[in-house]
Amino acid sequence: MYQHIILAADGSDHSIRATEEAIKLVKGTKTVVEIVYVSDFSKSKDEVLHAEGQEALDVKRRKKLLPIEEALDAQGIDYRLKLLRGEPGPAIVEYANDSQADLVIVGSRGLNSLQEMMLGSVSHKIVKRVDCPVLLVK
Amino acid sequence: MLTSIKEHWFSNIRGDIMAGIVVALALIPEAIAFSIIAGVDPMVGLYASFCIAVIIAFVGGRPGMISAATGAMALLMVPLVRDHGVNYLLAATILTGVLQIIFGIFKVAKIMKFIPRAVMIGFVNALAILIFMAQVPHFVGISTMTYIFVAVTLAIVYIIPRFFKAIPAPLIALVVLTATAIFSGFDLRTVGDLGAIQRTLPSFFLPDVPFTFETLQIIFPYALALTIVGLLESLLTASIVDDMTGTEGDKNKEARGQGIANFITGFFGGMASCAMIGQSVINVKSGGRGRLSSLVAGVFLMFLIIVLGNVVVQIPMAVLVGIMIMVSIGTFDWSSFKYMKNAPKTDVVVMLATVIIVVATHDLSKGVFAGVVLSALFFVAKVSTIKIETKVENNLTRFHVKGPLFFASVDGFVKHFDFSRQNEKIIIDFTDTQIWDDSAVGAIDKVMIKLAENQNDVTIHGLNPASQRLIDKLAIHNDPNAKLSAH
Repeated sequence: MYQHIILAADGSDHSIRATEEAIKLVKGTKTVVEIVYVSDFSKSKDEVLHAEGQEALDVKRRKKLLPIEEALDAQGIDYRLKLLRGEPGPAIVEYANDSQADLVIVGSRGLNSLQEMMLGSVSHKIVKRVDCPVLLVK
Repeated sequence: MLTSIKEHWFSNIRGDIMAGIVVALALIPEAIAFSIIAGVDPMVGLYASFCIAVIIAFVGGRPGMISAATGAMALLMVPLVRDHGVNYLLAATILTGVLQIIFGIFKVAKIMKFIPRAVMIGFVNALAILIFMAQVPHFVGISTMTYIFVAVTLAIVYIIPRFFKAIPAPLIALVVLTATAIFSGFDLRTVGDLGAIQRTLPSFFLPDVPFTFETLQIIFPYALALTIVGLLESLLTASIVDDMTGTEGDKNKEARGQGIANFITGFFGGMASCAMIGQSVINVKSGGRGRLSSLVAGVFLMFLIIVLGNVVVQIPMAVLVGIMIMVSIGTFDWSSFKYMKNAPKTDVVVMLATVIIVVATHDLSKGVFAGVVLSALFFVAKVSTIKIETKVENNLTRFHVKGPLFFASVDGFVKHFDFSRQNEKIIIDFTDTQIWDDSAVGAIDKVMIKLAENQNDVTIHGLNPASQRLIDKLAIHNDPNAKLSAH
């Protein structure tokens, strides 16, 4: 049984499918799922400019994870939220390795497919550099 | 105190030094290009960037933020430099410092919160457009080789970072293309054609202007515009650094710090400056978090100029133009197009008005001012419209009032009622409204009394406690002998 599962999530459809797989894995166990969201450095300027203030921005980000939280709540699964700041790929890799996660679950694609086409996908970086097994959900 | 000094300065030494060096490298082309926009020698922007970065390291309120010569400030100075010369610019810079210190003391950060985001979005978009427009005379219709150099610069700054990020791509473009230009002997305009580079540290001197009331009259409007735009961009940048680092800087201290930095810089031959969004993002991305990174950026920038001054004059203008086009693309808020589709129409109008006024006047402060006034008017118009739904059930008419009731909205409230009704049962439902002031109470009295005069049976419904208290205290309509003249 896994002790420490990280679910990398950005609120995209793929991350919701990843949540469904996480539920299948941990349902009925006592494993706590850690939902990790990365606030992307390169989007910070846009997001600050379009938000009414830091508080509004925090809530806006939290809202992206609501469907995921609801899905876990519905199944009675314990979870924690973790907000990281940085570049999504490297930030998740560093956190997963430092906190000795034993499984990382991630959707194959995120919200911004155009940007990922140019810069390489977050999931690819995670698969390549995380020490523990990775579940890549299509 | 001591622990906070330690935390601000020495908690991230390696990251701060590395990031400071990266920022210094990225600053060189921008400081030179912004000097050229302002119409002054490159040294005015370089000295400013050195002084501001170093001073802000000590007196700023937002560790990890980078301040130096900026496009927004340079654009404001153009007419002053053109009509009166660089010494008036230095005097205006000193005055800007004084005004910013005063703004800081009076806690201006709070006022900045009232600037709507539509205006801020318009501000950055207008800034991007102006920076681009300022490049046009330096590359359009000069020579084919100029176009080629601009294109190659753009290719380098956009393609290289995908494979290699350790050195800022603009610097790679600068070095490679300057070398190409020198060795090939292509006929290109260079930085040296537009001004000289002195390889000395800045020194203290008083700006050569008469100390008269007339001088003050000339520089004051510029200093005020520089003060407002400088603080606006600095506080926006501070919010971005706050968000990126998950920490909170001291906005009022930052406003004072910007003032102190500009005040001193003016005496050392530097132009008024402010925080830079792009450079601050580069700094945080490169690992800069503390005050040390800004200090390193300033010192290393000066070191490079002293060592490399004679190479700097040979930088082709076309390369700077390419880098500035990149800066303007990076400054523009590309999500504005989505915003224009989704945001309320009034916000879109405010944003576009801000952009259009800035582009027409070449003055960012005028656009911001117009944008704020316009959105205030829209706000009043919005809150002063009141909606009343009428529902007729059997012999009962129910008026459902929606929206706040106060001096600006009472007219609409009173006009809605048809006072020729007779012998009806009427309920006025206040569940979704708030009674704010005496005018609102007066309006309710007027409506109640006029309806009662025609033998209607009127009751009030759903007042919230605060509204109820106000009505209980002031209203007269429950008095059977009430006449409107009592008000």
